[in-house]
Amino acid sequence: MASSIRVRAIANGETTEVQTLIQHPMDSGFIKDDKGEFIPAHFIKELTFEHNGRPVFIADWGTAVSKDPYVKFAFKGANKGDDLKVSWIDNKGESDTATFKIQ
Amino acid sequence: MTTLDGSLPVTRRLVLRGAGSVVLASLGVVLFHPTPAPAANDKYPEDAFKQKDGKEAIRLLYGRTAEPSDKIKLDAPEIAENGAVVPISVSTSLADVTTIAFVVPENPNVLAAYYKIPQGTMPNVANRLKMAKTSNVIVIVESGGKLFSATKEVKVTVGGCGG
Repeated sequence: MASSIRVRAIANGETTEVQTLIQHPMDSGFIKDDKGEFIPAHFIKELTFEHNGRPVFIADWGTAVSKDPYVKFAFKGANKGDDLKVSWIDNKGESDTATFKIQ
Repeated sequence: MTTLDGSLPVTRRLVLRGAGSVVLASLGVVLFHPTPAPAANDKYPEDAFKQKDGKEAIRLLYGRTAEPSDKIKLDAPEIAENGAVVPISVSTSLADVTTIAFVVPENPNVLAAYYKIPQGTMPNVANRLKMAKTSNVIVIVESGGKLFSATKEVKVTVGGCGG
């Protein structure tokens, strides 16, 4: 299965800008389906970015983050060609991890 | 049962000794308790994410209140046509930023996102949030151990949380 995580990490001088898009329903638990029944909450709780084994950004999310979440941040100290490891875990215990090259 | 009288002192001694070690054990617990406290910050703030009240969520997350700061730039649309996807970003010139939190007081769960910013990471975050209806968006920035906030109202024409 293809990874749920898409990342564009671009090093520009000493700063690396990271844009991330994840495929995930991010169901809040407050929306009803066609039969009028609530769709159970299903959302990413923790999203972690690591560079050289060091966390550079940690997102704790609740139910109000949009479907197929997008997040952008920037950090210092990485070079072109370095690895950026991205992993998430959701409220059902499902998870995904992928490693990307910084461009 | 006949040995009860004879064994009583021994039992009492045992009980006392037992009580002593219980006291020691609980002392140990008290002595060693302070160490895990800072690590609690790293855990997913389960209770804060379940809060229905903005102030209470901030209190649970940080244990205190934030003061408004003009050094925080909160970018959000004046009007969001689709409450399911509201692009919101924040940047700040405050120094030593360790966390950034987004709170939407009119949402069913008021805390939307909580970002940990390690040293070397810029205090700028962009993300997309759901908004049930027109509401203020509050961003909390923890800088040098102090809390600062910025607020902006976003008018929502179609909610993203209701149904």
